[in-house]
Amino acid sequence: MKDELARTAVPRAINWNRLQDEKDLEVWNRLTVNFWLPEKVPLSNDVQSWASLRPEEQQLTIRVFTGLTLLDTIQNALGAPALMADAVTPHEEAVLSNIAFMEAVHARSYSSIFSTLCSTREVDEAFRWSEENPHLQAKARAVLNTYAPGADPLKRKIASVFLESFLFYSGFYLPMYWSSRAKLTNTADLIRLIIRDEAVHGYYIGYKFQRGLERETSERRAELKDYAFGLLFELYDIEAKYTEELYDGLGLSEEVKSFLHYNANKALQNLGFEALFPAEACAVNPAILAALSPDSENHDFFSGSGSSYVIGRAVATEDEDWDF
Amino acid sequence: MAGLVYFSSASGNTARFVARLGGAALRIPVSPKEEMPDITAPYVLICPTFADGEGRGAVPKQVIRFLNDPARRALIRGVIGGGNRNFGATYGLAADVIARKCAVPMLTKFELAGTDTDLARIRDGLTAFWGTPCSTATTA
Repeated sequence: MKDELARTAVPRAINWNRLQDEKDLEVWNRLTVNFWLPEKVPLSNDVQSWASLRPEEQQLTIRVFTGLTLLDTIQNALGAPALMADAVTPHEEAVLSNIAFMEAVHARSYSSIFSTLCSTREVDEAFRWSEENPHLQAKARAVLNTYAPGADPLKRKIASVFLESFLFYSGFYLPMYWSSRAKLTNTADLIRLIIRDEAVHGYYIGYKFQRGLERETSERRAELKDYAFGLLFELYDIEAKYTEELYDGLGLSEEVKSFLHYNANKALQNLGFEALFPAEACAVNPAILAALSPDSENHDFFSGSGSSYVIGRAVATEDEDWDF
Repeated sequence: MAGLVYFSSASGNTARFVARLGGAALRIPVSPKEEMPDITAPYVLICPTFADGEGRGAVPKQVIRFLNDPARRALIRGVIGGGNRNFGATYGLAADVIARKCAVPMLTKFELAGTDTDLARIRDGLTAFWGTPCSTATTA
């Protein structure tokens, strides 16, 4: 008994050659290979494009980016560290430390965009706005409440997946919109790197949620599912108001909401749940979808929209693994 | 008889999609220790993508192992890709890679566990696909 206690008290070095969950290494590899810094994106090429935006469009863009900065700041300083305390394996902790750091890179990236394109006065004004906007503050607080010490570890993961896979998208919409109109295309390239990272984060935290849920009783599983849908409704309500306040001026609110519905469904799928919003509510403008995944093979043999199925584009196939 | 074969990792998105699609489907096991399914009839492969930012590693190792067997490979007729548009240019890339390697059509892609719209169009698409004699005439 005494020996057992002594053994559990021994600080343990992480051994990546003894995995309890293969997914930890898979995601670690993916995140580390995808590492990037904002300096690799030539943001200054967007200076002329920025100057072509109307003042209200510039203000909207800066505000949207400060809103995104706030979410990244929360996830870096509080969200990912809170999840680390709940980690089931040492490798999960390591992955979460990567996630925490990349959120800091994301938050830092918006400031790179600001320093390249905007005046200090405009940026300071937008940061003030982010502290005073009731909807932005409400969504930040709703998530922060679940991160509080002593909170339910699985509820934390639910909120975290909603942050990663849903709450960012009222903001991500705008650079995709500009990109679809051939504006701020370098900024959009940087945002796509962030979107790619957040997709892995939402996937991984959602996966860990599903593993945790399996160990719970059926009553508790039902409670957590109710909690997830309840929180999503609460956050959606805030997001809808936030969206209207930001995008009504450009007449884009309804289009942004379709994008929110589409992403809310994907967030639920990351948690292993079924979609909530019906297909007709998720009809995202195809130009936005194309801006999300430019250059991907999007032709569809079933609908006959592709010219042929011969793939000409060179892709990495790791030929050493294939025998033929 | 025309069939479906799929791979789904522990996150289960593709497995949930296939379950909702309905009908018989054979799963390529997640663990290399488990036996591969016995393939005796032409099939469409449903495969998710796990690429890094450069597109490397898109096709899961177990799917490569499955396709490395000439007898199993000879019966593939098409591939459907699971993925996430948030991965940009590598969205559903595994399906493109498999289609090219096996010289079969990349039929379509869907995101994560798919939507009701995806289910309907893929059910219809598969029915039409298997009903078209010429589309099953070529093999790798």
